[in-house]
Amino acid sequence: MSVDQKMDSGRRQLLVATSAAGGVAAVATAVPFVASLTPSERAKAAGAPVEADISKLAPGEMMTVEWRGKPVWILRRTPEMLASLDKTDAAVSDPESAKEMQPEYAKNKSRSIKPEYLVTVGICTHLGCSPSDKFKVGADSGMGDDWHGGFLCPCHGSKFDLSGRVYKSMPAPDNLEVPPHKYLSDTTILIGDDSKA
Amino acid sequence: MTTKSQQLLNWVDERFPLTSTWKAHLSEYYAPKNFNFWYFFGSLALLVLVIQILTGIFLVMHYKPDASLNASGIPVAFASVEYIMREVPGGWLIRYLHSTGASAFFIVVYLHMFRGLLYGSYRKPRELIWIFGTLIFLALMAEAFMGYLLPWGQMSFWGAQVIVNLFSAIPVIGPDLSVVIRGDFVVSDATLNRFFSFHVIAVPLVLIGLVVAHIVALHEVGSNNPDGVEIKKKKDANGIPLDGIPFHPYYTVKDIVGVVGFLIFFSAIVFFAPEGGGYFLEYNNFIPADPLKTPPHIAPVWYFTPFYSILRAVTYPLFGIDAKFWGVVAMGAAVVIIAFLPWLDRSPVKSIRYKGGLFKGILAVFIVSFFILGYLGVLPPTPGRTLVAQICSVIYFAFFLAMPWYSKIDKCQPEPDRVTFK
Repeated sequence: MSVDQKMDSGRRQLLVATSAAGGVAAVATAVPFVASLTPSERAKAAGAPVEADISKLAPGEMMTVEWRGKPVWILRRTPEMLASLDKTDAAVSDPESAKEMQPEYAKNKSRSIKPEYLVTVGICTHLGCSPSDKFKVGADSGMGDDWHGGFLCPCHGSKFDLSGRVYKSMPAPDNLEVPPHKYLSDTTILIGDDSKA
Repeated sequence: MTTKSQQLLNWVDERFPLTSTWKAHLSEYYAPKNFNFWYFFGSLALLVLVIQILTGIFLVMHYKPDASLNASGIPVAFASVEYIMREVPGGWLIRYLHSTGASAFFIVVYLHMFRGLLYGSYRKPRELIWIFGTLIFLALMAEAFMGYLLPWGQMSFWGAQVIVNLFSAIPVIGPDLSVVIRGDFVVSDATLNRFFSFHVIAVPLVLIGLVVAHIVALHEVGSNNPDGVEIKKKKDANGIPLDGIPFHPYYTVKDIVGVVGFLIFFSAIVFFAPEGGGYFLEYNNFIPADPLKTPPHIAPVWYFTPFYSILRAVTYPLFGIDAKFWGVVAMGAAVVIIAFLPWLDRSPVKSIRYKGGLFKGILAVFIVSFFILGYLGVLPPTPGRTLVAQICSVIYFAFFLAMPWYSKIDKCQPEPDRVTFK
């Protein structure tokens, strides 16, 4: 075929159609590859609830259990600790727990089923570091004279009170998450399952 | 050359462009004769790439990307690094060469980029070389970030946790995107394995491809030089630039001097200070990853800290979207904006030698801010430090965004006709 011959538009159309079909096939082939990047069935199934024995937890003490690869804190609050929540009310950004960071039954000032026990995911809502406990009050805490006890995230300095409520103007946008949980007995908490059975 | 070997070479040349490639890229590639100290870092970057690939190949023979706990309750990946350090003959050296090589790579590349900034190496017709270079820098950052997860220490784990969570700040697709990056709802074995795959095969392939493109583009247009004048404008009767000398043997020999000097420094660090005072290998990374406890202070490795500071400096929400999203945007923009330099610089001259005081002053302020950002990035944030980081971030971006204006009004000296050479 010489150069000045007219383009065979039928063949050109066939060529375009074939390329388009090939392109669609190539994109379709990418689907399983992208899908393989999403969590596997095993990873999805790994969210089994865990039981925590709180019988040895003394007032003012905190224990950590692992649930879905994350730390879950159980803090047994003293009456003074609970009283501190009234003082931090004005300083925290969501005092009434209006945002959906907890199940319905923890939507209260103590953000818990039993006020004495705080159950919360110990992961900062900013970028996922685990805050450190700063339970000492006042100047001893190294957090300033008006510190009422709570948590400090080491990564970007977000502060939380003893209900896991985030202080105002912090990098973290939300309160700490309260996981679904229920009491199996007075001394056993099941984390990750709150179904009534 | 003996006839036998000449015949063999002819036989190859008829089937593969061996001699012509050698000539085009080495023996008859004419580079300006006035290269100075700053021109070592390109070939040194290539050397470090070779060191990283070579040591990496040997490390993979012993390393295991496995986050499960062994019989002693230590993650297998962490234990395999300790195994390389203590029980594999020569393993400690190979590992230290690799970990020090990562920092050396960034030192050399930062100096290489600064050279481009000094002498206007990004200006027309070298825009594509510069863009390929920016992409190499991006690929290098990805490579370093993913490699850092592999030892599965505390800094590995929490560094990855923070950076991957940054992506979740992107509106709408963010949360799902971060799950796809991790391959799990938390940083886990799935994350470790895919980062391993990216670190040892995917990103290195991209990196090598980009390096080839970078050099091919360079050899197409020819090298810039400290005077920023085009040597191709003045050629002799044979079409060879008057100020050009063949890359081989002149610059191969010169670069060997650079290699020797570099290896002296490099070996000194590998043998006497492989941890680099906690900057090359962070102390918290000698503790196995613990998903339940964040170290009291986490900071990225030094080469990321300027960009990390920019990320943290953004503390205001905008258009109803979280500040953390805009932090990510600022950090990404801080890298991407480098690629636009060829079009931002409107100076009549390329090299700093002929630029005016305005440009020199602004460049100095920019470099100082970059160092301050880098320094702040390793420290925990305080309100005062955040303010300084904000000021320095503004300077960083202003250096680029105001360049079309200040590079134009700057009082430059005329460029010489030929390169200056004593």
